[in-house]
Amino acid sequence: MSFAIAGSLDEALNALAAGARPIAGGTDLVVGIRQGKAQLPTSLVAIDRLDELGHIEPSDRGVQIGSMVSHSRLMVEPTVVSNYTALADGAALVGSPSTRNVGTLGGNVMSASPAMDTGAPLIVLGGVVRLQSAQGSRTVDPSDLWTGPGQTSARADELCVAIDLPPRPAQSGSAYVRLEYRRAMEIAVVGAAASVTLADDGTIIDGAVALTAVAPTIIEVDGAEALMTGLLPDAAAAAIATAASEVARPISDLRASDSYRRHTVGVMAARAVDAAARRAAGEEIAVPVNRAIGVGAPR
Amino acid sequence: MTEPIMLTVNGMDYTADIEMGRNLLSVLRIEIGLTGTKEGCDDSECGACMVLLDGQPVNSCSYLALQAQGKSVTTVEGVMADNELDSLQRILLEEGGVQCGFCTPGVIMSTRALLNRNPSPSEEEIRIGLSGNLCRCTGYAKILSAVARAASDG
Repeated sequence: MSFAIAGSLDEALNALAAGARPIAGGTDLVVGIRQGKAQLPTSLVAIDRLDELGHIEPSDRGVQIGSMVSHSRLMVEPTVVSNYTALADGAALVGSPSTRNVGTLGGNVMSASPAMDTGAPLIVLGGVVRLQSAQGSRTVDPSDLWTGPGQTSARADELCVAIDLPPRPAQSGSAYVRLEYRRAMEIAVVGAAASVTLADDGTIIDGAVALTAVAPTIIEVDGAEALMTGLLPDAAAAAIATAASEVARPISDLRASDSYRRHTVGVMAARAVDAAARRAAGEEIAVPVNRAIGVGAPR
Repeated sequence: MTEPIMLTVNGMDYTADIEMGRNLLSVLRIEIGLTGTKEGCDDSECGACMVLLDGQPVNSCSYLALQAQGKSVTTVEGVMADNELDSLQRILLEEGGVQCGFCTPGVIMSTRALLNRNPSPSEEEIRIGLSGNLCRCTGYAKILSAVARAASDG
């Protein structure tokens, strides 16, 4: 058994190469161990103090977000809230303030839960995941990274160091909406993220939709762009609702039946398209959009 | 197999030898003897175990003690000064925001962090700030009014 607090990225990568597992906020790992769902790794390296992984750097190639950026920071960071709003929506819904304080974007991505709140936003925003090992680094699309519940295609010696998000076109907006039974300490029953770009006449010229908790991984609605292009947001939302329900492959469990999930993911997808289009048109809808237009919105 | 640990809690340094998987909560309660912090769900749901880590609320049941080394831990015992109740503790009592009291240490830690960051929160901000703390007695209304009063009384 060994535990080390990495003082540098190289130290962390060398520890992984020697067989250690990384721990950031521990909000998934420690809870899993205490519930008996996960085993305590024999060797752990804490990566949460690595300043190299705590950056949010806008550039002409978009923005790079370090993997150790917390949900608390993501949900208020001006660059993220203005340009990558769906990601702020998702981060703001994770757990409770205490979970969001120590829980990180990289931890959420690498935990590969089909119910993760940052996953669908990353897909519709075109995010790619940067993995690094002592041997070198590579980028991988989230859809290639997530291979099943809690499973990724990353090697054991690879660390998620950052997420790269491309620049946003003009007149674009995004949103993430989830179905929840309570407002805090909740995981998505189902959820949906949408990104939409509008033409001057208000019709959609580009877009993407991804779904949460209706398949073994976060999934993209293939063909969403073609379905929405040329339509006004209302018509696009209706078309996406049908497409989302059709592509969903949900399970039944304690939280919801498969048929309920299949229906409600369409509702969430339509609301996400609607909110994304309103944001693209310049309307300010506060983060998280759930509190403004979605489930739990004040009447 | 154990590892040596040094934790800074309420401004004092403590040492112990612990197994790697020990959570911060159990080390605070058993090794250090600060039993104000409670174990409720042991699942990051209820917030009874809330402590501040470098000023931010964290569920100590789901945080490895070894990972808290080098950080400043504040527990409910660190809120009092000169053996006098902190104003928030006094107001919680006066408003009836305490019944069985089991959730109260966690509520106090979440509220302290909220008011340090935002001295005059709206009701919605108070609700979000306390959204990781469950109370099975009060129905929350009296906790919310106590926090609002603590904010306005400074």
